Amino acid sequence: MELLSGGEMLVRALHESGVEYIYGYPGGSLLHVYDAVYKQSAVKHVLVRHEQAAAHMADGYARATGKPGVVMVTSGPGATNTITGIATAFTDSIPMVVIAGQVMSHLVGDDAFQETDMLGVSRPIVKHSFSVKRPEDIPEIVAKAFYIAGTGRPGPVVIDIPKDMTMPNERYEYNYPKKVKLRSYSPPQRGHSGQIKKAVELILKAKRPVIYSGGGVIIDGSSDKLRALVDRLNYPCTNTLMGLGAYPGTGQRFLGMLGMHGSYEANMAMHHADVVVCIGARFDDRVTNATSKFCPDAKFIHIDIDPSSISKTIIADVPIVGPVGNVLDEMMALLDEANEQPDEAAIASWWKQIDEWRLRHGGRFDKNESQLMKPQEVIEALWTATKGDAFITSDVGQHQMFAAQYYKFDKPNRWINSGGLGTMGFGFPAAMGIKMNFPDDMVVCVTGEGSIQMNIQELSTCLQYGIPVKILCLNNGSLGMVRQWQDMNYEGRHSNSYMESLPDFVKLVEAYGHIGIKVTERDNLAQALEDTFTKYNDRLVFLDVAVDPEEHVYPMQVPLGSMRDMWLSKTERT
Amino acid sequence: MRHIISILLENEPGALSRVVGLFAQRGYNIETLTVAPTEDSTLSRLTMTTTGDDHKIEQITKHLNKLIEVVKLVDLSEGAHIERELMLIKIKAVGAQRAEIKRTADIFRGQIVDVSPSVYTIQLTGTSDKLEAFIEAIGPGCVLETVRTGVSGIARGEKVLSL
Ligand SMILES: Cc1ncc(C[n+]2csc(CCOP(=O)(O)OP(=O)(O)O)c2C)c(N)n1
Ligand SMILES: [Mg+2]
Repeated sequence: MELLSGGEMLVRALHESGVEYIYGYPGGSLLHVYDAVYKQSAVKHVLVRHEQAAAHMADGYARATGKPGVVMVTSGPGATNTITGIATAFTDSIPMVVIAGQVMSHLVGDDAFQETDMLGVSRPIVKHSFSVKRPEDIPEIVAKAFYIAGTGRPGPVVIDIPKDMTMPNERYEYNYPKKVKLRSYSPPQRGHSGQIKKAVELILKAKRPVIYSGGGVIIDGSSDKLRALVDRLNYPCTNTLMGLGAYPGTGQRFLGMLGMHGSYEANMAMHHADVVVCIGARFDDRVTNATSKFCPDAKFIHIDIDPSSISKTIIADVPIVGPVGNVLDEMMALLDEANEQPDEAAIASWWKQIDEWRLRHGGRFDKNESQLMKPQEVIEALWTATKGDAFITSDVGQHQMFAAQYYKFDKPNRWINSGGLGTMGFGFPAAMGIKMNFPDDMVVCVTGEGSIQMNIQELSTCLQYGIPVKILCLNNGSLGMVRQWQDMNYEGRHSNSYMESLPDFVKLVEAYGHIGIKVTERDNLAQALEDTFTKYNDRLVFLDVAVDPEEHVYPMQVPLGSMRDMWLSKTERT
Repeated sequence: MRHIISILLENEPGALSRVVGLFAQRGYNIETLTVAPTEDSTLSRLTMTTTGDDHKIEQITKHLNKLIEVVKLVDLSEGAHIERELMLIKIKAVGAQRAEIKRTADIFRGQIVDVSPSVYTIQLTGTSDKLEAFIEAIGPGCVLETVRTGVSGIARGEKVLSL
């Protein structure tokens, strides 16, 4: 039996857990571990420039691959710098393992240098956390952390490791468990058959059905099954912000995104539906608008792996707790057996109604209103330049909504955004995490001049590791989404939503050793995009595109209204 | 409605803080909380009382069940159960009051566990209601100090909460 130090065990156990990259930043409490990292080559370490970015990189990796991303940071400030990243992952149910150094065990509680109670600080935003008390426990704790992070409803797990658990000269037997079993944790393996049967009966009786699916379908890797169900039934499908790509964005049966900035037809269909099938989504307040007015005629079927998501905000008529894929399999089997078929006549007239709604708004925007480019047309040009096949990450703001609305995602795991927490600064590091793992794919961060500055230091990391992501900055010279709310609700008083001293982004990225292209004319956009993906394919390119600061995101639900209460433009309300 | 939620919890550092943190984080109210190790040293038994409508209690139990360290959970109020709480209460007892207080304690099956010239310390067990009733009977003016363990509970009959 080989004897290893705690630090060596940690690195070995990460390798055995399938880790290729650790995103992190060293410091005093982790120096033994970093030495162990140095002495091997199986697990590679990526040195970020700020620990928040490490968490977002790991998160981006996890969202694109479905595997837990790994973060390693030192105690105190290193650990607390990851908090926003952990919370971002937690809110969107993203698997992540965060290894945080800690001061020596005997100093814990003494307010030692760089001591923070990381377990306490992170407790509300983790799925679980561990503190290492004996070095020989490290392999098992790592295995458990990966198991918990990646199964059931995924989420971040923190492992707090005091420095004395990693001493190089104290060696122990290394035992990585073949199988992890926790007596108090057993995520559901299948849905309740009786409930699934009831759901299928209800689905077949529907006259105005909508299938409303969310991030859970993508996390479960069940997009194919969702597509099969929708197509078999010929029912309309809408996706949440987190669920885009689960059903093809260009598909005929796709209504677009629903909710606050959802499409007119998706929100109208929801409002008028008689049966809503919610699959791996959670009736978030950005979807439902006022719950008391939500889908007044609908019966709700709700499939989710997390029982606490069911009947939380909207009471489910048919609750089904279970993994989406398994439940969808059973539903399909029941549909195959059923004598009944969907009510074709009713569904045909429902589609007729929906097609009329489609004509009413249809994602229109006014291109000629000003000389300046509209953000929407920039996203459309991006879609054309990338043939709709890129990984698109985004930050938070108007640009995020425009990307969600106008980039039609035909594949799952391609739209990567902080939907639940809405973390500005997420997009760029997330794109980096993806690009490192998908070097041959196009990876674009759609951002704003506000958001990008929240993690712009990572340009340096990109140079060090040669990470040629593309950054498309929809530069409206303001915190656009804040400004939009101020226009709509505060009589245009732009309190602190104006960025008065923006840097010259081209010079800035050049200083970091990358390519910057400024686009102010509509006529130059296509060429700039083409250069980005061909001539500069192997370089990081920052496209600084000037767009109309006056533009608003529409449709926009009217606060406290129902799903059908929307602004469709600055002057038009439903 | 008041509910008594009883939990088998991994006997590990940090487990209790997760339970308590959950209540703080989600705005749930804990009225009483008691926790102690069980005959199986790897497990603690935790009992808490909380109030809320059915929807809220359902959310509370679902969230508690999600905590990795929660091994088993039962809402005792859903079935027949026994509920007990222990109170130590210091009462001003001088002159004629002394006999009166002793009589009241006897009626409630309390025991005088400590005596001083002007104070009785009485130990009382029962449901929370009974303890309240005793305090009421004594009269608030005479009560110097109370300390209560919080509710413990167990299901009646054959049902057991175990692994
Ligand atoms: C870390 C963080 N701070 C503040 C906010 C609130 N917020 C939401 S959108 C937004 C404006 C974003 O501006 P920009 O990145 O330029 O995007 P735009 O809306 O202009 O497209 C702000 C400040 C947030 N979501 N995240
Ligand atoms: Mg902006």
